Amino acid sequence: MPIPNSLTAPILRRSTVAGVRSISSWFRSIEPAPKDPILGVTEAFLADQSPNKVNVGVGAYRDDNGKPVVLECVREAERRIAGNDFMEYLPIGGSIKMVEESLKLAYGDNSEFIKDKRIAAVQALSGTGACRLFAAFQQRFHPNTQIYIPVPTWANHHNIWRDAGVPMKTFRYYYPESRGLDFAGLMDDIKNAPDGSFFLLHACAHNPTGVDPTEEQWREISSQIKAKGHFPFFDMAYQGFASGDPERDAKAIRIFLDDGHLIGLAQSYAKNMGLYGQRAGCLSLLCEDEKQAVAVKSQLQLIARPMYSNPPLHGALIVSTVLGDPELKKLWLKEVKVMADRIIGMRTTLRENLEKRGSPLSWQHITNQIGMFCYSGLTPEQVDRMTSEFHIYMTRNGRISMAGLNTGNVGYVADAIHEVTKSS
Amino acid sequence: MASHDDISASPTAASDSVFAQLVRAPEDPILGVTVAYNKDPSPVKVNLGVGAYRTEEGKPLVLNVVRRVEQQLVNDVSRNKEYIPIVGLADFNKLSAKLIFGADSPAIQENRVTTVQGLSGTGSLRVGGEFLAKHYHQRTIYLPTPTWGNHPKVFTLAGLSVKTYRYYAPATRGLDFEGLMEDLSSAPSGSIVLLHACAHNPTGVDPTLEQWEQIRQLIRSKALLPFFDSAYQAGFASGSLDADAQPVRLFVADGGELLVAQSYAKNMGLYGERVGALSIVCKSADVASRVESQLKLVIRPMYSSPPIHGASIVAAILKDGDLYNEWTIELKAMADRIISMRQQLFEALLSRGTPGDWSHIIKQIGMFTFTGLNTEQVSFMTNEYHIYMTSDGRISMAGLSSKTVPHLADAIHAAVTRGV
Repeated sequence: MPIPNSLTAPILRRSTVAGVRSISSWFRSIEPAPKDPILGVTEAFLADQSPNKVNVGVGAYRDDNGKPVVLECVREAERRIAGNDFMEYLPIGGSIKMVEESLKLAYGDNSEFIKDKRIAAVQALSGTGACRLFAAFQQRFHPNTQIYIPVPTWANHHNIWRDAGVPMKTFRYYYPESRGLDFAGLMDDIKNAPDGSFFLLHACAHNPTGVDPTEEQWREISSQIKAKGHFPFFDMAYQGFASGDPERDAKAIRIFLDDGHLIGLAQSYAKNMGLYGQRAGCLSLLCEDEKQAVAVKSQLQLIARPMYSNPPLHGALIVSTVLGDPELKKLWLKEVKVMADRIIGMRTTLRENLEKRGSPLSWQHITNQIGMFCYSGLTPEQVDRMTSEFHIYMTRNGRISMAGLNTGNVGYVADAIHEVTKSS
Repeated sequence: MASHDDISASPTAASDSVFAQLVRAPEDPILGVTVAYNKDPSPVKVNLGVGAYRTEEGKPLVLNVVRRVEQQLVNDVSRNKEYIPIVGLADFNKLSAKLIFGADSPAIQENRVTTVQGLSGTGSLRVGGEFLAKHYHQRTIYLPTPTWGNHPKVFTLAGLSVKTYRYYAPATRGLDFEGLMEDLSSAPSGSIVLLHACAHNPTGVDPTLEQWEQIRQLIRSKALLPFFDSAYQAGFASGSLDADAQPVRLFVADGGELLVAQSYAKNMGLYGERVGALSIVCKSADVASRVESQLKLVIRPMYSSPPIHGASIVAAILKDGDLYNEWTIELKAMADRIISMRQQLFEALLSRGTPGDWSHIIKQIGMFTFTGLNTEQVSFMTNEYHIYMTSDGRISMAGLSSKTVPHLADAIHAAVTRGV
């Protein structure tokens, strides 16, 4: 029943209780948290007044004018969705259609695993959310296990498994001397891990190094993982974005599937569909049979419900509209290739610029590496100089987001890199 | 460092799943009701499970203001889909704080409030719970009996341990005020207390403002930490958004600290877009700033940053005077329909001479009625009358229409008179 106004005013006026104002904060001992190393870069960039500033920090695509891009296929999908009568809760496991399309994309349109309904899959909050669901799932059903993560890896992987309560171990991955893959070290570490360990693998366009195993190396990795009975968990945040061809970028996954692995997979649409802020992704686990897939999915839902109840609708609608319509899907494939090609072009240009300036160092790795990022090899001190002297913003591990480069600034960035490295 | 022996071995054959031992989990007790409802082919089925508003025609409702704003957003080609900050959209956060605390709230003016965008109510509660588990000296949260089915799991998985306090008195179908005060009195100092800001879910039973004042005094004198769940600030009961927020504002006015999780699922009809906010009112601006930085560390490993779409819609509506007014008018229409359903159901039971006192139907507040039916009666109603509701006897009034009220009244009458 309505509360009479006459009651509220006097109560509010005499609401001081002796002692409340003198109690100090419950949170007075809370330390200020360190800034997120990646997102903190953009914050600092935005605060910088220099007209020459360049942001090669966060991995979000920019066009040749340095502007964010909303894909045409996405705009069209949004036009179709607007005025939609449905804003109800999705099921806990998310949009069925979006999940179906995601599985086709990753496992193959004609995948026998999809036909046999062997994949437990739920819509997730982009790649982060998919990894977190899996980490929590791993902790619940294999509480005595650890996750092996490559060195280096995306910084947030540490946070995700830590907050899920799963201890981490590492395996060798990047080889600074070659700025390439430490294949021997990687294989060794896989061999030496106890049987049945959980391994986190980047399916393509490794973040932050851009260094991917070759197809042949993937086959050997698959064999060794199989021999040890390890669980392979793939984080695929760049399908289509790496080579321009989603089928090609899924090669590692297909190799593992052919080899008989029961993989886990986190997919993200942040980069390849430009849906960053929509938080659209998918977590899938390949099971022995349909019955197990049903059980696993139901358990994933038990983890999702107390975290966010059900996933957001809008991004899912965009994904299923784009991938579910042959014309829109064709358009998407074209647009993804444009993004990937621009980045590949920037790699070539950056390398050429550095070589032209007579740099004493080898910059081959810039074009050997693939995807959004280049692991430049710059030291933290050199990175600091890039920022303080040249207003170029990047993470201190030397990672450059190639999408932040364009024909307008690539020369300037090459100059700066040359300047800070020429006495190396 | 764990020794080799601590690591559980898995089968070495690649074809054996590491999850082979999993059993199928039961359906969620609330969301599973809709799953069961969807499977039922009966033409007379009624879904009174999940708290989602329905029109008189039984259709979901997208508010006109929401439609208009969505169209604006689509047509605005300057908008992009970049990541929004970890804490969400700044204007959304400010406007949400104003909505719950009042634009003239001293806590806001003194910059003592930190607000982060969350994944609707659930996500905001979870982030708040994890933050407390990491940074607060007490790890126990007291939940009312009964409470929303998802609360215990949210807080347990956040790392807190859950205890309860008496709330609902089945005998009176009202508030067990003495039991509540007793139980909170005996809670250890510093314990966290979950309070439903208004329109208690599932019972619809709210304390009066005088009772709220006594609760506040008790909580402050025992140095308990209040955590409000505000999922129904919609004027459904009191007729105004501000009145619905009075309990929360009572606590803020005494200068103390508190948490509040807000949801826009019901009051903006944005269910599936997952829009909500967590606010923490602190003693000082400095503390609030440090708290915000730590909240980011909870959010980043969970989902990195929240979704942009729903929050953009809410911000646009809250910041525009005309849209805001239109919104309150649409809210009133929803509230009036729910009150009308309450009246109709009550009268239908009276006219059938259904045994028992059914006045709680018109006394309870918000979206739900806690009927008082037991699990056997509920099963009977589902099996024989295709009425879908949660087994605790809760029905969502928003799921009823003039056409379906008679059928529900028949079902209740049958369940009560068959001597189950």
